[in-house]
Amino acid sequence: MAVIEPVIGLEVHAELNTRSKLFCSCKNVFGAEPNTNVCPVCLGLPGTLPRLNRQACYHAVKMGHALSCEINMVSRQDRKNYFYPDLPKAYQISQADIPICGRGYLDILVDNEVRRIGINRIHIEEDAGKLLHDDGYEGTLCDYNRCGVPLIEIVTEPDLRSSAEARVFLETLRAVLRYTAVSDCKMQEGSIRCDVNVSVHEKGKPLGTRCELKNVNSFSAALRGIEYEIKRQTEIIAQGGIVERETLRWDDKNGVSILMRSKENAQDYRFFPEPDLGDIVLDEEEVRTLKAEMPEMPDKKMIRYVKEQGLNSSEAFIIADSPEKAGLYDECVSLGKCGCHSVANRIVGEITKYMNDTGKTIIETGITPENLCSLCSAHENGVISSSGSKTVLDELIIKGGNTEEIINRLGLVQNSDTGFLSELAGNVIALNEKSVNDYRNGKTNALGYLVGQAMKASGGKADPAKLKEILENKLKTEE
Amino acid sequence: MFCGAKDGAVMMSLCDMSVSVLADMLRNKHCSARELLTDVMDRAKAVQTELNCYITFNDKAVQAADEADRRIAAGEDISLLTGIPVAIKDNISTRGLRTTCASKMLESYIPPYSATAVERLESAGAVVIGKTNMDEFAMGSASDTGIFGAVRNPVDNNYSAGGSSGGSAAAVAGGAAVLALGSDTGGSVRQPASFCGVVGFCPSYGAVSRYGLIAFASSLDRIGSIGRSVRDTFYLHNTINGYDIKDVTSFEKKISPELTGELKGLRIGVCAEMMKACTDAEISDALEAAMKEMEKQGAELVDISIPSVKDAVKAYYIISSAEASSNLARYDGVRCGFRAKDTGSLADMYKRSRTEGFGAEVKRRIMLGTFVLSEGYFEAYYKRALSCRRRISYDFDRAFELCDIIAAPVYPRAGTALNNSISATDMYAADIFTVPASMAGLPAVSVPCGRSSQDFR
Repeated sequence: MAVIEPVIGLEVHAELNTRSKLFCSCKNVFGAEPNTNVCPVCLGLPGTLPRLNRQACYHAVKMGHALSCEINMVSRQDRKNYFYPDLPKAYQISQADIPICGRGYLDILVDNEVRRIGINRIHIEEDAGKLLHDDGYEGTLCDYNRCGVPLIEIVTEPDLRSSAEARVFLETLRAVLRYTAVSDCKMQEGSIRCDVNVSVHEKGKPLGTRCELKNVNSFSAALRGIEYEIKRQTEIIAQGGIVERETLRWDDKNGVSILMRSKENAQDYRFFPEPDLGDIVLDEEEVRTLKAEMPEMPDKKMIRYVKEQGLNSSEAFIIADSPEKAGLYDECVSLGKCGCHSVANRIVGEITKYMNDTGKTIIETGITPENLCSLCSAHENGVISSSGSKTVLDELIIKGGNTEEIINRLGLVQNSDTGFLSELAGNVIALNEKSVNDYRNGKTNALGYLVGQAMKASGGKADPAKLKEILENKLKTEE
Repeated sequence: MFCGAKDGAVMMSLCDMSVSVLADMLRNKHCSARELLTDVMDRAKAVQTELNCYITFNDKAVQAADEADRRIAAGEDISLLTGIPVAIKDNISTRGLRTTCASKMLESYIPPYSATAVERLESAGAVVIGKTNMDEFAMGSASDTGIFGAVRNPVDNNYSAGGSSGGSAAAVAGGAAVLALGSDTGGSVRQPASFCGVVGFCPSYGAVSRYGLIAFASSLDRIGSIGRSVRDTFYLHNTINGYDIKDVTSFEKKISPELTGELKGLRIGVCAEMMKACTDAEISDALEAAMKEMEKQGAELVDISIPSVKDAVKAYYIISSAEASSNLARYDGVRCGFRAKDTGSLADMYKRSRTEGFGAEVKRRIMLGTFVLSEGYFEAYYKRALSCRRRISYDFDRAFELCDIIAAPVYPRAGTALNNSISATDMYAADIFTVPASMAGLPAVSVPCGRSSQDFR
């Protein structure tokens, strides 16, 4: 039977967090009262002219650097013409043939393997307004506050091969966007949106016809949409049919894609160069400086964490996804005093939980690379037990401070001395003949009871792991 | 109002005088700005039925005149234009004053802002009389495609004032304004100025900010100045030109040359292709006579060639229509402007608003423009027109190595009769003399000379 392979490409739109809109000086903010953040230019009133916000261009360049894209020092803006009530000029100023950024790539981790996903281009364009339906009004309401907000559109090559990959790609891309700080990526505010292109083909044969899926409002909706399209197209082919080139709207509530436009009604945008604006000419110095100042991106971190430091991919993602968690982790590792797994566990575990519960950032907790490292090495070296280390960690998070000081103050130093533990083990064996016999007769959980008794006798100071080991040995070897 | 003279001879009306004379009179208190305005308004209203120059009169004009008088009295007059009544073509935005583009689409549109050119005039203390009649959305050559009727020529009422800035040209020629702003995309200031016997200056693309000029063809539109003399026209242009942050296509440097009137050593190019295309003997004779006169005054005539003249009109109509189809797409009935009544679906609202809102010429250009940009035709039409445009610029560059200015007719005929039956394509073809300078971004001026007209750089 032929192997049917899905081929997926994505177009991601992210709103840039510039101070003003792309072509006028209206403020670029979310949530204002409808039609209060507008001016003749972004309303497209007769006679108005655009002027380009250069900060938006350099935001696009930053993203280009983050995705290893070619930067086009000279690029052009073009008009994309179509009619829709949310588009006041009836054209969107976008970029057609020569975008700001050309080809690049993003490496993602799929099943712990690195997959390189090609980026075709990044270009800047203006956002449209919002159409709203109100029960109290028959008709459609138009809010133009969002009109003219700068967007970057990131277009991938059709390199993705499953919905899972697409999901990982989107999450990784979002992390990169957050690191560059060019967008705040809040899907619920619409500052990041995604269109999906799906086709299927028999592996080894030419590519199939692709369909475009719009109105995908979350990353998990993207997953569902892709799965549905793969299934729909595969069934068509299995029944000997032909997949038509269509644009579909994803209805997440009902889990189906609905035809928006067939190929006969495909939009002809009649692109032509925007005569009101000249070429975008980037400053070489500025572009160079932005590249030099780029910190390590999360995709590179993730791969490093998994491949070089042996973290698992979900840990690697949680840490790399947040610039501050990654910063903390990297610094701890570079101090070289403890193992990276210990640090990773604690960041991914208690520290993340605390941050989520309280909404605090790492700086607002008491954790520092130094005190976290000290804690990890104290635990690794057996100075404190697991439960001891948890106690210390809780205090470090809330109050901060010095690890050694806390350990001593709370009397958490545990005794790992072999002689001491041996004696303890010997005593508890002598005092608990019944349990010893139970154990020797196959009841392995009697060991736990004996360890508990020994811990009690030591006032909780014995190193439980080592104690257990010594007890077990004694039970097995001595008669 | 007439100014009496010592020997009882009747002098010119105020409304027919030049800017320098009026500026002098205003400063020396021989008349007030209010009196001047009244004289101009009286004339404008008197000839309105006959010429149909105006669409809307400015009800704040008297206020502006009084303010000008106050400034002059206080010595705050910074400009020659303080107190001078100026007419504004109705495709140039004026805050609070209806701006219609002579179209049903914008029949009740009142802009919330003024064009930069208007703001500069008002800062200088000029008095806006009102908005002048034109071809709808500046598309036409006889100011007869608009909804307010045709503009008639003060020289002969059976003839058109030309277009698309006919109202502005006729107002200046008829004393219904001292100066006027028009717009020129393919000849719309030069041609009506030529028909009405006044001076029409079409500046370089970028010399005057387009912010507030309701766009027809973005890469070709300019705001032009019309006056009864070159000097007057220059004063107007010089007040509105210069860099505007709101228009990134505007020149960074303001160019304000001196008017010397000195012709010695000036090399005047005579374009072989244009002279050949001028088949009206009266026009070519008048042009020849004028050139001979200039030669007598020290200019040198040089033969030049601009081969791409023959393709200029076609390329112009492709590019201007393409840009117009995009610029006029915003008139969809949604936000401002005309919306058809009782429409059903969105598509129905769009279709009916635009069908009812636009006249035939505008629709023709929109369809032409949409076609040449559409998939499958873009390469054959629009792209080729762009390369033709580059050739035109190149030809001019080479010609200007040999000469300083180029002299040519403005139009193949001295006037267009009203109610003519000239076909659209014949109308388009008649732009042959004006369109090359438009395509190359070059400045050009129409200067009258009896019943003929000339085109200078």
